Amino acid sequence: MAAFGIATGGSNWFSALALGVTLLKCLLIPTYHSTDFEVHRNWLAITHSLPISQWYYEATSEWTLDYPPFFAWFEYALSHVAKYFDQEMLNVRNLNYSSSRTLLFQRFSVIFTDALFVYAVHECCKCIDGKKAGKELTEKPKFILSALLLWNFGLLIVDHIHFQYNGFLSGLMLLSIARFFQKRHMEGAFLFAVLLHFKHIYLYVAPAYGVYLLRSYCFTANKQDGSIRWNSFSFVRLISLGLIVFLVSALSLGPFLALNQLPQVFSRLFPFKRGLCHAYWAPNFWALYSALDKVLSVIGLELKLLDPNKIPKASMTSGLVQQFQHTVLPSVTPLATFICTLIAMLPSVFCLWCKPQGPRGFLRCLILCALSSFMFGWHVHEKAILLAVLPMSLLSVGKAVDASIFLILTTTGHYSLFPLLFTAPEKKSLFLIGWKLSTSLAWDLWKSSVNLYSLSPPGT
Amino acid sequence: MFGDYEAQRHWQEITFNLPIKQWYFNSSDNNLQYWGLDYPPLTAYHSFLCAYVAKFINPDWIALHSSRGYESQAHKLFMRATVLIADLLIYIPAVVLYCCCLKEISTKKKIATALCILLYPGLILIDYGHFQYNSVSLGFALWGILGVSYDWDLLGSLAFCLAINYKQMELYHSLPFFCFLLGKCFKKGLKGKGLVLLIKLACTVVASFILCWLPFFTEREQTLQVLRRLFPVDRGLFEDKVANIWCSFSVFFKIRDILPHHIQIMISFCFTFLSLLPACIKLTLHPSPKGFRFTLVSCALSFFLFSFQVHEKSILLVSLPVCLVLSEIPFMSTWFLLVSTFSMLPLLLKDELLMPSVVTVMAFFIACATSFSIFEKTSEEELQLKCFSTSVRKYFTCFTFLPRIIQHLFLMSVITMILLTTMTVTLDPPQKLPDLFAVLVCFVSCLHFLFFLVYFTIIIMWDSKTGRSQKKIS
Repeated sequence: MAAFGIATGGSNWFSALALGVTLLKCLLIPTYHSTDFEVHRNWLAITHSLPISQWYYEATSEWTLDYPPFFAWFEYALSHVAKYFDQEMLNVRNLNYSSSRTLLFQRFSVIFTDALFVYAVHECCKCIDGKKAGKELTEKPKFILSALLLWNFGLLIVDHIHFQYNGFLSGLMLLSIARFFQKRHMEGAFLFAVLLHFKHIYLYVAPAYGVYLLRSYCFTANKQDGSIRWNSFSFVRLISLGLIVFLVSALSLGPFLALNQLPQVFSRLFPFKRGLCHAYWAPNFWALYSALDKVLSVIGLELKLLDPNKIPKASMTSGLVQQFQHTVLPSVTPLATFICTLIAMLPSVFCLWCKPQGPRGFLRCLILCALSSFMFGWHVHEKAILLAVLPMSLLSVGKAVDASIFLILTTTGHYSLFPLLFTAPEKKSLFLIGWKLSTSLAWDLWKSSVNLYSLSPPGT
Repeated sequence: MFGDYEAQRHWQEITFNLPIKQWYFNSSDNNLQYWGLDYPPLTAYHSFLCAYVAKFINPDWIALHSSRGYESQAHKLFMRATVLIADLLIYIPAVVLYCCCLKEISTKKKIATALCILLYPGLILIDYGHFQYNSVSLGFALWGILGVSYDWDLLGSLAFCLAINYKQMELYHSLPFFCFLLGKCFKKGLKGKGLVLLIKLACTVVASFILCWLPFFTEREQTLQVLRRLFPVDRGLFEDKVANIWCSFSVFFKIRDILPHHIQIMISFCFTFLSLLPACIKLTLHPSPKGFRFTLVSCALSFFLFSFQVHEKSILLVSLPVCLVLSEIPFMSTWFLLVSTFSMLPLLLKDELLMPSVVTVMAFFIACATSFSIFEKTSEEELQLKCFSTSVRKYFTCFTFLPRIIQHLFLMSVITMILLTTMTVTLDPPQKLPDLFAVLVCFVSCLHFLFFLVYFTIIIMWDSKTGRSQKKIS
């Protein structure tokens, strides 16, 4: 009795937070789910029923496998548990199959794999220095960070309603960031390499990783003023990093290289035929660009400056995923978006190279890379904003300036996710929860940012 | 879902389309067999209000006759929203205000108490899962308790009258209110201020009743018919499976079939009043807010266990006062509230609420365990049994093991509840005894409730002794 009492005593708020949000996720099981549910069921079926050589060729369903091989192996592992719930879901021909057991299994798999995310949050909290914190639990930066990450409203909508597996993937990313803070760079690099082969969207932030590791890990020391000391370059470190990346990639892509399927895999992973904007527009630059194009074309038609016959019939606002030509402004090619993204990333990457400020500087660069790619990338999903929001939480408990930026970012980011909630009951309940969460967390954030905390001292 | 959800929708249909005089009467337009109105007028007025709003959104929802069994996503959203709005307007502010006014505890504890009370699984599951408006009547009762405890007697009694006029089950709480207010009048002296207060209270009560029942006082037949609907004495000692004495007793002795009707009523009347009399007398002689709260618990529990035509949802009437003493005896209160939710298990399973039940019970348990550190508060003093134990030790000097017994009982109780839940969900009952698990759940819960009745009565009775002896000393 006494031991149980101590375990559930008032000081173990982290477990209470984690358990609380897990219980909330259980309540979200019967809510609306999107086509992503069928996508993952299909992938379970493909990886379970077909040999590896067929995985990236199978096209019975329109939702073909378009994540890297590690995710396919992950689905394969899940399918072995799935067969105890409902054997029928593993049949490739059972399109849109969603019995109650299938739903239960899939939802529980997301909740279960979120354990990695919980562990990553725990590790991130260790990197926070809360010495100047107040006595109140709700003012401690560790508590605020845990609440911001574990109860992240956007993650709840995307993972537990809309249905995706971003929880454990974000967990991998946060874990690699935490390892960098703890000076365990090799582990961090390994985790990121693995992450890339789970979901290649994390290429958005790869430049930050690359530059940081090269600058702050391969060059072991700096000059007095912080600039680069060329003779401190360590080939050993460079080679070991390269080896890690090579081994992970070999493990992932090796089998497909042996089967001569690499071009097919890459065409699935990078489907440039899908068009500049997703069905629901991500709120990025190209959305504004297309909107401007539409406005100008309407004005042009009104003022008889444009010939109606020359205007392409396909519309960007039709909600379909397809190639598109702009009418007034020049059409955008994938290469153009790539160049714009690179230009947007350049300042932060440049700063990371010239004046590294340790893990905190790396974190800033990572967030900026994620935001640049979100802003100018090709076929960006609105869910990609989570790549910027989650790491930003780490910065927000550090300085007041970051906290205020975070408040704007998280509010607009989560608001932009609302179109994912298709049905009215979900909208109502999540709006209530989200409003409650954001107001209470905003209040705590504001109160804590009034006292100045700092993250662990910048390493060199 | 053709349960209470349809009943509430039907009442909106009836109250909106028919004149007041026909609401409680059987007619071609109003078939009382199909979910006839059986709550007092305030419920009817509330349904009328909701129907008015429904008309703006979609008149099909309340169209006479043609809307029977109407079910759609939008309608479900509307109905659930009405429960939420009622909750937000009446119940939640009462809970928050109650916790703010608690004395001698820190702000953090106040917030924790409010959170735990609001997380009580029973009310959430019944109101939002099964579909009812208990939060309105319980909210009004809570406003009544607040008013009366802090000497706003007239407002308190008005609020409580509103509660009774919303759901007649609130009569379970009426005796403690009556005794407490009477006790206050006695204390103030029946020759002066006390008499004035008594008259004012009487006038308030009568006025509020008249106000609520005004349309039904025009004819004697109207009033009688409403009363007949509210108190269906023809229906028998109990219905379905409920965790009270009569249902559990009937497992061994088919009391419903053997004894004639009027004897059943007499027996239940006697047992009910015998079990609550000591506490009520004590409250009249020594009125105090603390005594009031505990008497509410024991009275409501007596009524639940021994009264006529009790439904399993009536346990919520006991749970509300227990929530109010959560900060004083967290361990026993948490235990009781868990058992009360468990006692409604057959009903919850019928509504397919297994997952929400498990989740909310776990959330509630974690919230209470972390906020109050309940497992550290099992000493005699914490359980408020110190005086009782001291008295018993005068005769049995070795009576020191009470906390340990209670801890072991708690463990056994939790294991039994988990076991029974698992069995009910996974196993099929044997052919000869199709209601086996429901009966077992009721029986086990009934034993628990008897134990709690004894416990709370002991607290009330022995609490006076310290009060009196302290007065003697000083």
